[in-house]
Amino acid sequence: MPEFTPFLKSLLSAPGLTAYEVPIAALIEAEWRPLVDEISRSRIGSLQALKKGANGEKRPSIMIATHMDAIGLMVTQIVDGLLHITQVGGIDARVLPGVPVTVYGTASGATEELYGVIVQPPARTLPASLGDVPVGMNYLFVDVGLSHKQALQKIRVGDLVSFATEPVELAGDVISGHSLDNRASVTALTVALRQLQGKTHAWDVWAVATAQEEETLGGAYTSAFGLRPDLAIAVDVTFAKGPGANDWQTFPLGKGPTIALGPNIHPFLYKKLKELAEKLEIPFATEVLPRHSGTDGFALQVSAEGIPTAVIGIPLRYMHTPVEVVAYKDIQRAGRLLAEFILALEPDFVEKITWED
Amino acid sequence: MPIAAITTPQIKLLERLCNAVAVSGDEGEVRQIILEEVKPFADEVKIDPMGSVLVTKAGTGENRLRVMLDAHMDEVGFMLVADEGDGIFRFDLVGGLDVRQLVGKPVLVGRSKAPGVIGARPIHLTTPEERQRKIPLDQLRIDLGPGGKAKVGDRAGFATKFRRVGPSIFAKAIDNRIGCVILIELLKNAPSNVDLCLSFSVQEEIGLRGAKVAAQFFKPDLAIAVDSTPANDLPMYNGSENISYNAKLGLGPAIYTYDIGTISDPRLVRLLTDTGDAENIPYQFRQPGGGGTDAGAIHKALAGIPTVSVSVPGRYAHTSTLVARVDDWKNTLALLQATLARIRHETLDMSR
Repeated sequence: MPEFTPFLKSLLSAPGLTAYEVPIAALIEAEWRPLVDEISRSRIGSLQALKKGANGEKRPSIMIATHMDAIGLMVTQIVDGLLHITQVGGIDARVLPGVPVTVYGTASGATEELYGVIVQPPARTLPASLGDVPVGMNYLFVDVGLSHKQALQKIRVGDLVSFATEPVELAGDVISGHSLDNRASVTALTVALRQLQGKTHAWDVWAVATAQEEETLGGAYTSAFGLRPDLAIAVDVTFAKGPGANDWQTFPLGKGPTIALGPNIHPFLYKKLKELAEKLEIPFATEVLPRHSGTDGFALQVSAEGIPTAVIGIPLRYMHTPVEVVAYKDIQRAGRLLAEFILALEPDFVEKITWED
Repeated sequence: MPIAAITTPQIKLLERLCNAVAVSGDEGEVRQIILEEVKPFADEVKIDPMGSVLVTKAGTGENRLRVMLDAHMDEVGFMLVADEGDGIFRFDLVGGLDVRQLVGKPVLVGRSKAPGVIGARPIHLTTPEERQRKIPLDQLRIDLGPGGKAKVGDRAGFATKFRRVGPSIFAKAIDNRIGCVILIELLKNAPSNVDLCLSFSVQEEIGLRGAKVAAQFFKPDLAIAVDSTPANDLPMYNGSENISYNAKLGLGPAIYTYDIGTISDPRLVRLLTDTGDAENIPYQFRQPGGGGTDAGAIHKALAGIPTVSVSVPGRYAHTSTLVARVDDWKNTLALLQATLARIRHETLDMSR
């Protein structure tokens, strides 16, 4: 078990739905504070930590974006003590029946955490015409085990609901849980910050746990605009090979991170990361992303006057289900690749960026 | 006679039993817990050739009837059927499970309870049309992690952990560990007017198989199957009245009159309702209709055994998490205890 496991598990158990990242940001801040020089929150809730470089007064900066928000659900209606829900972020309703959740009830004034389970109503309470097909989100409920009156005292429409499946370690040094997308990458960035301790790097490093990636990429757009880094790297999870996923878009679990190539990525940065990984003998795969990278990289690249951007992926099985699976080794390797890339940045790196046309 | 109650020890026992995995045909973990619980209170305990735990406790009065109480130990779950390498296994269903309820669940595999998960293709790689169709069983896998060890034939069950929340209990396998705990409490507070024959039966979920053999061993004068029945008491999708709820949470024990396998002995139904009325113990009638309990096998055993079923209502039967109310559990125990105390040699002499 790597040393980061307790931190990762604490992240998986912490609330932090898209646009409601305060609790998760507090946990990350506590972990990062001893590792960085300055720390602040952006105006829409991203956590921005600066580790200063050694290159005098005018230092270039690199921003590493790992989104901290998680997909989840929101209460839309309360009927007979049962909660109707809608999704926050992309969720396939087929993964929901039977999933344990935490409801963050606010009706009593303070936020109260309530245990519940997402339930597929009995067939006889659904339209007969529905048949033997997946039951849509609009018919699902969360049962919190309370009477209607008790539920109304604690819960109101708009309250947040997050998955409560507990993280569990499987064979082969992998961990399963919800919100590994993208707390695995937050952990990789933390690994990188630890590896930078006591070492000299020319560049300023902005470690940013971004908000709202799962809905609007709002955290990445705004932090990149506010911080104006010279370079940016988004670290996010990508599709691992496994049951139900085996084509060109998928990568072996535990065989290293991916380095992405495509329109969201500056080809020079891709090349430099690839060469570095080869030199360090960090196993990796090239991930081709022909259009939208599906990551903060999409936003970083077009922030301010445009930022040369790279995307690193950590392979993950069963993305956006409560039982996502990630290999510890891939987190470790992604963290090391980030640290080594930062350490290798020369003061004039930006001037050396070329187009191989 | 002491009054049986549901307090912390009973709730702890239910927690232990619900968290144990005992898929039909592999009930060992629950069997061991039950043996440990019943031995100090029983006259005789045996494990029959099917694996059911059969317990007798004689009364002391004259002309005692032999009363069989049955609760099944087994739960629905999975059996590994093919090893695809690197910790990935295909599985089949044991008992009536809805494949729409399996995805996204942690499971426990084999005797070592190795952790695994049942995942699904990421939403990003699915099409809208695909999301309108069920993920069929042959596309689901149990993933134990790279190099995970298990073998074809191992059983697997949901890894849900028991929770007590307000008036409710959330757990897997409340069907029918709640019946098992009720039987244990009745044994601990055994009446003297009857001979108790308790069957903690195997293989209910795949055809009431343990109870049949147990009834043939005990040769009881009458029998009560104690189980968990679905509370389908959720609101209708269109706001109309739910007239087909089977049973409702909070209304007390559900007394069966008719299900797919049994027409309850009317004398025993009356005995239960008379007792409830006299003792002010709430009860409800389970709506007549489909479904069934071990009573379906017991009443046809030997030359016939007058039988009735009493169930604790529970929502979301045969899924990873059921919900039951502590008060329904208490009232079911109370009704059964009071009913047992009223059984006389003449109980079955009244006209049907």
